[in-house]
Amino acid sequence: MKPAPLSYIRPDTAEEAVAGLAEHGADARILAGGQSLMAMLNLRLVEPKALIDISQIDELRSIRIDGNMIEVGAAVTQAEFLAWPQLKEHAPFIAKALPWVGHFQTRNRGTVCGSIAHADPSSELPLSLALLEGEVVLRSKSGTRHLKASEFQTGMLQTARRDDEMITAVRFPADVGTKGAAFREVARRHGDFAIVSVGAVAADQGAVRVAVGGVADRPACIGIEASLTVSDMTDRIERLAWELGGYDDIHASARYRRDLVRRLVPIIIGEVRACAK
Amino acid sequence: MREVTKDEVVRISLELNGKTVSGNATSRMLLTDFLRNELGLTGTHVGCEHGVCGCCTVRIDGVAARSCLMLAVQADGRRIDTVEGLAASKDALNALQRAFRKHHALQCGFCTAGILMSFSDFLSRKQNPEEDEVREVLGGHICRCTGYDGLVKAIMEAAAEMRGETPSNAGAA
Ligand code: FES
Ligand code: FES
Repeated sequence: MKPAPLSYIRPDTAEEAVAGLAEHGADARILAGGQSLMAMLNLRLVEPKALIDISQIDELRSIRIDGNMIEVGAAVTQAEFLAWPQLKEHAPFIAKALPWVGHFQTRNRGTVCGSIAHADPSSELPLSLALLEGEVVLRSKSGTRHLKASEFQTGMLQTARRDDEMITAVRFPADVGTKGAAFREVARRHGDFAIVSVGAVAADQGAVRVAVGGVADRPACIGIEASLTVSDMTDRIERLAWELGGYDDIHASARYRRDLVRRLVPIIIGEVRACAK
Repeated sequence: MREVTKDEVVRISLELNGKTVSGNATSRMLLTDFLRNELGLTGTHVGCEHGVCGCCTVRIDGVAARSCLMLAVQADGRRIDTVEGLAASKDALNALQRAFRKHHALQCGFCTAGILMSFSDFLSRKQNPEEDEVREVLGGHICRCTGYDGLVKAIMEAAAEMRGETPSNAGAA
């Protein structure tokens, strides 16, 4: 299949890009790496009247440390972030999760921000943003706002982005998980959509913060305090598995997803605690 | 700013396999279709057209990526390498291609062009890969013929040859 007819606009600056959005609104889509959007265009799941290609905008190409945040611009690819020399040191969790995003070939073009904008409930990057409590920077003609991960992703493929806004960057808190970070997922083939993905980082006072993706309509996070007994922890995970209300689809049943949550969460908590020692 | 409206036909020029070429494209034309139908280079294959199978993989500014997930207009002014550019001449296959032939790393050949392009990028970045890493990159391709083992062998041997090691014990396993 081929995309439906559309106009192609390639601005040179972020300012021109938001001006384009102000003009076209919901009829336009931002094109960055295109690893989700181009497939949806080819399948005609979306038929925008205009594409605004931000992949060549220089000011969106940087990864930088800003205070205690790592800011990743909207044109930075997943492969570039993975190759960022400071990734392991300042974002050990992302260093573990990122190799699971798509394949070598799609990470070469797919962007970090694009994956978060797409907001697939089983994707690793939205899960990372939720787990690390990062934020999304949205820009429109009327200004810039920062939304927390939990405010940004509102449901399956749904976000709080307004039609006249584009993501210019995402910001991950630096140095979270330096005392322990772990990621696991179950998928049919490495690089395919996760059936269930689980990430965790060591938090304060021996607690572990856990995020689960692929079960509910967006990543869900819980904290497991150090003082919790094994049976309390098991109860809490059991409650979580039911609360997430997993769905049946061609990849797995809701029951299988619940079972994966029951099994993966304790394993990953153990992995984080083992790194912390 | 560049704008191509939906009914417009524009001239695209790019550096294809080291030569500057140009052709006509509309805004919605995929790079795969531009290469195949407009420029007549049918070595790049089209399987799924939604980024899953990998047989359309080319190198864009040196980096392996799906050409079905890119518009022709995005390739304007860029460097694109396709399978047609790998061999120095008709009877001088490159190391990777020779290893593919030796290890039966292809049967029907449908997936082959894409795999060759992925690994020509990967092996230029990583001269001494582990087998696991090769399998991981191969995970971005679907081959319905070979069963993948021949591919892994061929790629490991080509990597050794490109490092300047003689492929002495290759094929022994
Ligand atoms: S045709 Fe491009 S990935 Fe299948
Ligand atoms: S050789 Fe036939 S699909 Fe790979």
